[in-house]
Amino acid sequence: MLLADGRLPAGGYAHSGGLEPAVTAGRVTDMAGLEGFLIGRAETAGLIAAAFAAAACVRARRGDLSDIALLEVELDARIPSPELRKVSRNLGRQLRRAMSSIHPHPHFANLGAAPHQPIVMGVAAAALGLGPRDAALAILHENNAGAAAAAAKVMRVDPFDVHAILARATERLDRLAHRAAGFADGAPADLPAPGSPLADIAAEHHRRSDVRLFAS
Amino acid sequence: MSGSSLLKMPTKSTGAMSARATLASELSANGRDSKVKTLRSDGPLVLRQCNPKGPEPLTHRQHGVARVALAAGTAGPLGGDSYALDVHVGAGSTLVLMEVSAMLVLPGAGGGQSHLSITVHVEEGATFVWWAEPIIAARRCNHRHDVRIALAADARMILREEMLLGRHGEAPGDFTSRLRITRGGAALYDQEVSFGPAADGWNGAAVLGGGRAVGSIIAVDPGWTTTPLQAMPFHGNAALTPLAGPGVAIGAVAADSFELRRLLVQGLSELGPPWAI
Repeated sequence: MLLADGRLPAGGYAHSGGLEPAVTAGRVTDMAGLEGFLIGRAETAGLIAAAFAAAACVRARRGDLSDIALLEVELDARIPSPELRKVSRNLGRQLRRAMSSIHPHPHFANLGAAPHQPIVMGVAAAALGLGPRDAALAILHENNAGAAAAAAKVMRVDPFDVHAILARATERLDRLAHRAAGFADGAPADLPAPGSPLADIAAEHHRRSDVRLFAS
Repeated sequence: MSGSSLLKMPTKSTGAMSARATLASELSANGRDSKVKTLRSDGPLVLRQCNPKGPEPLTHRQHGVARVALAAGTAGPLGGDSYALDVHVGAGSTLVLMEVSAMLVLPGAGGGQSHLSITVHVEEGATFVWWAEPIIAARRCNHRHDVRIALAADARMILREEMLLGRHGEAPGDFTSRLRITRGGAALYDQEVSFGPAADGWNGAAVLGGGRAVGSIIAVDPGWTTTPLQAMPFHGNAALTPLAGPGVAIGAVAADSFELRRLLVQGLSELGPPWAI
């Protein structure tokens, strides 16, 4: 709950998970569009983040972080947009800073200068005594709820409708977390890689936009 | 969708066809020209050597490259079919692989999944150019496309991939394509595209939106290690994005195949000489 809470001071509130760029591009205009956006994002970037969080969690629980650099390279290869790679590393750094003081653990110091958010999430979950499925679920919820919360700022929505979308998503996120955890023990090369081409393209436009509320 | 399912062969159905073709190039004894070393077609995968018309544009205008065209010997792949193509680009050689026509992926009589697996090894100092034509996912098809490319650390590569969501006015069948490129053993690019009735969320605004065509050009050149590229969103639905290693992905989503091709060519021209065609 702590890890998935948008109020955790880890910088997540400054990001719309690609929703603001999608609204700016005119691809999301109504509630159906918002829900389609969130589902597509959960099934692609969400599943990747969940699988990497689960994989990092399994390794941290074993106390063996030798694979972490390899996970970082594999995750980079799954994010074509340099802007989104940077966002993931910024969020990872901020999550590590928050968790290092909330719940210190020696693993946090061994994650390099700017680890990806899912990697830190997995290690933080392990430090809290949680398993790979919890780590996957935490990042799926954090990403999904963060983007949904941003909807109120970037489009005209009824907050109750947004929460109805979140309520409908819970079963999907459970299913995705279960799938993600299934990869956790395997080779990093076999982790899932579903792409989200429009999110990559929109993120690069957004970085160059003069008028924006959210960093991504 | 899972890593392990990539390795599973589809269930055989009535009349299903299995084929394995092989292609290899090597450097000639003169140390300058490339030649085709192995050319083994199999059933529907027909490989034909063709002579370069002149200096090849995507190979930095080299002469003496090995040039091969892949043609379809039969319709398909159809549901249940399993094809494999193994490509080996020998040290120092340049291989240009063209395609004669688009590939139409159709459902089979038995309703099974069709599978096309392509593995490419590009050795030290070699160059691989793969200028594929679009893959069309016809209604009710069920296809898995799996491309694995292993580059030596100093190898160069450029490829184009284009996927069309059904024929004109038609909803696509189930289609998944994974393209994984490693360089010196480390992952450089790994992306899967899935759409069709069995997949969720692909028509959302984060993935393909209402697009009917999606594609990319991936180029890898060790020269970019020292002179990294800048990201360039050159169109609302297309962007040139440098990868974490010395490579670039030009990605585009479009309403149809013509628009997609136009965006990809535009992206290539953004890369400038010697890549622009």
